[in-house]
Amino acid sequence: MPKPPATGCGAAPVLKERGQREVFCGLTGIIWLHRKMQDAFFLVVGSRTCAHLLQSAAGVMIFAEPRFATAILEETDLAGLADAQDELDNQVAQLLARRPDIRQLFLVGSCPSEVIKLDLGRAAERLSAVHAPHVRVLNYSGSGIETTFTEGEDACLAAMVPALPEANAKSLLIAGALPDVVEDQMLGLLRAMGIEDVACLPARRADDLPAVGPDTVVALVQPFLGETLAALTRRGARHIEAPLPFGDEGTTAWLWAVAREMGVDANTFARVTEAPRARARRAIAAASGTLNGKSVFFFPDSQLEIPLARFLTRECGMDAVEVGAPFIHRAIVGPDLDLLPEGPTISEGQDVDKQLDRARAARPDLTVCGLGLANPLESEGLTTKWAIELVFTPVHFYEQAGDLAGLFARPLRRKEKLRLEAAE
Amino acid sequence: MKLSVWTYEGPPHVGAMRVATGMRGLHYVLHAPQGDTYADLLFTMIERRDRRPPVTYTTFQARDLGSDTADLFRTACEDAVARFRPEAIIVGASCTAELIQDDPGGMAETMDLGGIPVIPLELPSYQRKENFGADETFYQVVKRLAQPMERTARPTVNILGPTGLGFRHRDDVAEITGLLADMGIEVNVCAPMGATPADIARLGAAHANVLLYPETGETAARWCEKTLGQPFTKTVPMGVGATRDFIAEIRAMLPDALAPSEAGLRLPWYSASVDSTYLTGKRVFLFGDATHVMAAARIARDEMGFEVCGMGCYNREFARPMRAAAKEYGLSALITDDYLEVERAIEDAAPEMILGTQMERHIGKRLGIPCAVISAPVHVQDFPARYSPVMGFEGANVIFDTWVHPLVMGLEEHLLHMFREDFEFHDAAGPSHHGGKAVARAEDAGGQPPDPRSISGPVMEETGADVVTWLAEAERELKKIPFFVRGKARRNTETFAAERGVREISVDTLYEAKAHYAR
Repeated sequence: MPKPPATGCGAAPVLKERGQREVFCGLTGIIWLHRKMQDAFFLVVGSRTCAHLLQSAAGVMIFAEPRFATAILEETDLAGLADAQDELDNQVAQLLARRPDIRQLFLVGSCPSEVIKLDLGRAAERLSAVHAPHVRVLNYSGSGIETTFTEGEDACLAAMVPALPEANAKSLLIAGALPDVVEDQMLGLLRAMGIEDVACLPARRADDLPAVGPDTVVALVQPFLGETLAALTRRGARHIEAPLPFGDEGTTAWLWAVAREMGVDANTFARVTEAPRARARRAIAAASGTLNGKSVFFFPDSQLEIPLARFLTRECGMDAVEVGAPFIHRAIVGPDLDLLPEGPTISEGQDVDKQLDRARAARPDLTVCGLGLANPLESEGLTTKWAIELVFTPVHFYEQAGDLAGLFARPLRRKEKLRLEAAE
Repeated sequence: MKLSVWTYEGPPHVGAMRVATGMRGLHYVLHAPQGDTYADLLFTMIERRDRRPPVTYTTFQARDLGSDTADLFRTACEDAVARFRPEAIIVGASCTAELIQDDPGGMAETMDLGGIPVIPLELPSYQRKENFGADETFYQVVKRLAQPMERTARPTVNILGPTGLGFRHRDDVAEITGLLADMGIEVNVCAPMGATPADIARLGAAHANVLLYPETGETAARWCEKTLGQPFTKTVPMGVGATRDFIAEIRAMLPDALAPSEAGLRLPWYSASVDSTYLTGKRVFLFGDATHVMAAARIARDEMGFEVCGMGCYNREFARPMRAAAKEYGLSALITDDYLEVERAIEDAAPEMILGTQMERHIGKRLGIPCAVISAPVHVQDFPARYSPVMGFEGANVIFDTWVHPLVMGLEEHLLHMFREDFEFHDAAGPSHHGGKAVARAEDAGGQPPDPRSISGPVMEETGADVVTWLAEAERELKKIPFFVRGKARRNTETFAAERGVREISVDTLYEAKAHYAR
């Protein structure tokens, strides 16, 4: 394992920006959460804009009838002509009648529902009483005025915490939605170390709710779960601080923090991790040749920026110019910040035009940004990696470390490959 | 409150964005919460634009509410004007900002923005949709900037309606500009697409207006007719007949206009060619925006020889002309923006092909019915690299190819009829010119997978006097009919049986019906 840098970014000043933010709102999280929780339905109470966002954000019109929908507020709802709560009851009753497979229903607040102060908490309580025990109704806000992109998942998981059963013994809880295949790999590694009893939040099905209590330790696999962590802490759980499990270094440090907490000895740990670590290193090496010595600039998007910058600088040889995050939870990404060598500007929040000026001035070899910015920057001659792919692709733990490096290397390799200029 | 899974149109401020993004030198300051910036990617990704849309979002957050959202708007306005130096700005609110009632239009008008025109937009987000937003925005821009002025010496027209993110607008404009040039007519201004605010100011120099897209340009065209005295074309030049009518309309407005060459037009010969006889009477279901559907219906019936068995549109603003058009085809129009309702209508009509939007493409996929896309909402596939207009004579050629492609072609169709029980060459294998792996016959594979186009299972669900039951042998016979006509055969047979009070359908009933409906 390489040594930590002499000076990391833990104490670096943070450029706090305030202005136009080119980011998704928290509703976007529904796109992966509804696949992860296979018996959950997400009902956004919002406007046509919310519905349009959901169908545009990921081009998800592949599912004939997805497990999410928008109850679009109309003029009569706003003018108080129709009791919005009654309307909502009707919509939910129809929905649940048509979808008997649904066991969890999330009422998801939006900008308009928050502004008109439509009380979805009250609605969820009332509807839970009506549809219990078959359906559990919860609510959270994915509105843009309160949540940025991945904070939607945070709000969703935090909303589930009060309903979790009480744990009476020592238990390990892993919080953060992972693709099933990655979650299974993680559970396999932990099991090989002798850690059998591991619960995940979110669980794949409503009946498998994890328990939480004063003897629960919680490890996060996503950096954006500040509210969820706070809610779990209120239930008595204790956070295992660790770098996020990206790349060889992050995964090893994360697993070791969990292993130590669960009383796994160093030999067992080494035996279990040796082979997958070696594989991860080999896979990373296949891409790091392309990445080595190149500069990278992160626009704020998913809060994965700091852990990923740590991975790219320490494991792939890149130089970070700026690492922008929509929000920095120090309690979660602190270990990653400490490992990130000093140098890059660390920015929080966004004033997109100013940040674009900084990117243009720096002319980084690779710019990680949202879909709204990628093509315009490409046309200015910059090479970009769309950030949303980092959220929609399996990238955690050893077996995906090479894929993760590959995601960043591909735009650079492509640029080298294309020969579009006229022959000399 | 209305439950919606997929929507055909975005909110009205996205319509305003389509106008602003289509134009140059116009900037849109949009009072909107963080997250509404998702709309940028429609333009940068779906349309592959190389520039960000000219939109500044105030991106207010919860902590700003009640304190300084209005200040945020003012700062955003000043910054946008200083940074982008637009010739004019449009200002408005998205759905959430509409609720907090900051009145961005009023604020901007009182600000010192260097004297550039400030055009406020009132777009009611909880009542109207994207097309209205585009039409209204373009109208407001024209009303504010255009002036009556002297006409050009030579015959000129304006092209009105094309926007950013429009279905084939880029190529339609090129095709119609070329057609007009062939007629000796210059285009004075094309707007919104490609126009600057200064160009809008000289709209009045043209002798007439060509309205290509009534959805996004009709209100402006009517205003120009009234205020600038410019007549506008009523025929949308889509298809051979409509393009010829359009030419006649132009020549009536501008007597100096010449007759254009039809040298490149291939649709009529392709349609007359004997290999096209298999297209005769194919039942098609049409759905999309009213303009494209009404034009497509005429092409389908008169130029392809199809039978239109259902038609409708999602934009309620055009319900009246749509209903009138449907009547001509002996149909009643389906006016809805609920895609589940469209799906039910398509299932009931059991067409052999769907001409629709990307939504209907998904419906077709589910029902096993081929589909060609004729209308917005757009998808990245609707912006092909090659030149592919749907208007004018080349547009007619493109339409012929596009509509024929999803079908099983000519002799292949006959072969499927002949060898329909062949283990390899069966209908589930799909048209041979499409990609994808041929699948084994369900019967051979053993078991019955839940095939969306399977006609087995409970055939008639109703109970009562008109219950019709398929006898096992008749059902087996029905399965031998290729899938692209099976739906029609089943429906015709059931109708035939019901009309005659036949309760059980035998093989004989099936062939009696076949003879009855033979054409």
